[in-house]
Amino acid sequence: MSLPQRDDAFLANLGRIYGTYVGGFIAFVATLAILEQMGVPDRIIGYLFVFFTLAVYAGIGIVTRTVQVSEYYVAGRRVPAVYNGMATAADWLSGASFVGMAGTLYALGYDGLAYVIGWTGGYVLVAVLVAPYLRKFGAYTVPDFLAARFGGNLARLVGVLVLFACSFTYVVAQIYATGIIASRFLGISFEVAVYVGLAGILLCSMLGGMRAVTWTQVAQYIVLIVAYMLPVAILSAQKFGFPLAQVTYGAVLQEIAVLEQDLLARGLATAETLKPHLAPFTSLDPLNFFALIACLMVGTASLPHILMRYFTTLSVRDARRSVGWSLLFILLLYVTAPAYAAFAKLEIYQNVIGAGLEALPQWIYTYGKLGLVDICGAHAASPDAVQAACAAVPGNDGVLRLPDLAIDRDVIVIAMPEIAGLPYVIAGLVAAGGLAASLSTADGLLLAIANAMSHDVYYRTLDTRAPASRRLVMARVLLLGVAVLAAYVASTRPADILSVVAWAFSLAAAGNFPAIVLGIWWKRCTSAGAIAGMVAGFGVTLYYLAMTQYGGMAEWFGGKNISAALFGLPVGFAVTILVSLATPAPSREVQALIDDIRKPSGGPLMRDGPL
Amino acid sequence: MTGRADTPGSRDRIWWHRTLRLAAIVLGMWAVFGFAVHGLVVPLNTMVIAGFPLGFYMAAQGSLIAFVVLVFWFSARQDRIDREAGVAEPDPAREELPQ
Repeated sequence: MSLPQRDDAFLANLGRIYGTYVGGFIAFVATLAILEQMGVPDRIIGYLFVFFTLAVYAGIGIVTRTVQVSEYYVAGRRVPAVYNGMATAADWLSGASFVGMAGTLYALGYDGLAYVIGWTGGYVLVAVLVAPYLRKFGAYTVPDFLAARFGGNLARLVGVLVLFACSFTYVVAQIYATGIIASRFLGISFEVAVYVGLAGILLCSMLGGMRAVTWTQVAQYIVLIVAYMLPVAILSAQKFGFPLAQVTYGAVLQEIAVLEQDLLARGLATAETLKPHLAPFTSLDPLNFFALIACLMVGTASLPHILMRYFTTLSVRDARRSVGWSLLFILLLYVTAPAYAAFAKLEIYQNVIGAGLEALPQWIYTYGKLGLVDICGAHAASPDAVQAACAAVPGNDGVLRLPDLAIDRDVIVIAMPEIAGLPYVIAGLVAAGGLAASLSTADGLLLAIANAMSHDVYYRTLDTRAPASRRLVMARVLLLGVAVLAAYVASTRPADILSVVAWAFSLAAAGNFPAIVLGIWWKRCTSAGAIAGMVAGFGVTLYYLAMTQYGGMAEWFGGKNISAALFGLPVGFAVTILVSLATPAPSREVQALIDDIRKPSGGPLMRDGPL
Repeated sequence: MTGRADTPGSRDRIWWHRTLRLAAIVLGMWAVFGFAVHGLVVPLNTMVIAGFPLGFYMAAQGSLIAFVVLVFWFSARQDRIDREAGVAEPDPAREELPQ
């Protein structure tokens, strides 16, 4: 139906297309660097970066448009493992990971590594327990699988509810991040920038669904990983003559440990205010450290927008292998983040703390003006403002002490080019990378939400005889609707929503994981058991989150609410198992279905119409 | 892909048993690198390699690398189990097509 020659041409030339793209991207950055040397103002460089990268993504989105249902929902199931790995990595690495991870590690030291471990180890669970089996089943969405395994639309709708709960706040946060970055680099107001971001997102996903999102995500991954690794590599090369910061920051860690002792000896920090970078369990006690790792891992293996990426591979074998590639591409960012944190901490302990208030480096004021760096409790907008604020602080005698300084976690990555004294083109590159990270994650999430609504709610529940053309129109209308709604919510700067994004992992873990895993691995798991388990696990987690955050409820056993699935997950498993054992075993057909899901051979079980 | 001589039922049982065993091994390794190693962070930190205390290194890089190796090893191993039991997918010619 839809230009099969072009399909084949695109897939057959993947290597050449993305090779050219990488070469073009390098040439583009080099051109901008030359333009900067010739005196083109920073603002124009920023504009060029944002508009050219958006134009490339939109171009890919238009070239890969489709009118076929299976192309729209699962990219025709022929994405090679390596490319699916890159697309998953872009899907996974959000704007918050890109700009915030290093800052979290800066603030928490060793304890922040719980995020690094949790957000990578979950892929082992994806590979072993979930992805190959869902790929074999051949679903379009995660609720699709739940409906087939647990007989009917009740399981499907509970699945849609869980999906919506863990994806919507997440997508709002991504659009918010695109708005922040676009407004900072284009100099337009935040409310307008949100809709610029929205346009970028829709251009990538509207016309081609999963197929277009896959191929733009590959392009976005390349931009974001280059943008993330380059500044810290230059920094490492400047300091050690060797660009692999991931290796050289060991020496930085040792210098930090020496400086920490020095700060204590000089009275610039006290034992209460200084958390040694290398010491474990200073911010999170061991219970919370390991609970957080567990919740993030299980959450990873339950997030619908990640799981659905593995529906697009050529085969079950490729789905497994693709998880390995995803993890490898994700790891590149996560092993770099601790290096960022270490280099930033060294710079700050060396050149900022202990400096006279009149001799602070320039970047402090650049970001102080934006409200991201506070000194002595006030925004560090200018040398005068800093001195005035510190004069009012008892015990400050004109020298910056550690407790006087408060840095927003996003500053570590954004300000790194400036801290290292690099040209503005690198800062523009970092902005383009952050934009790529948030756009790609927003695309994946929007598609997950809109597909669940168009496929599961509209087609499978409301109008089961809708022809392919009408289903695709519905899919696009719903995508547009969800996107506009999310952009509208983001434009109101919803502080509440942004603070609850981390909840998505616990909600997904407790709501989806027991039903999906037991549905595949335990034939005795019944519909009633799975539905009761989903409702109970999700309900307990949501109750705990809401009551500890807003209801003033005390924490249970001291578990922080970011790891709320610590309680919801065991409840979900227990309820699923107990109710399953109390209800009659699943029918022979369902048992045969499970046997088929487990075997890679035989092709997908779920077949759609000829279109 | 041969071996039709065995009854399909018993062959499937052996295949599923091997699959379960592999999953248990991989999840065991996952628990070691995801949790157990980090429980030993304090004693491990007394060893310092190239500036990295070993406990810190395991959390920042070591476990992550172990996870990647583990997933690739698992997918190769599971593929072999599937092939030997004759339940693997046929290798499609088009799989080699995209570069």
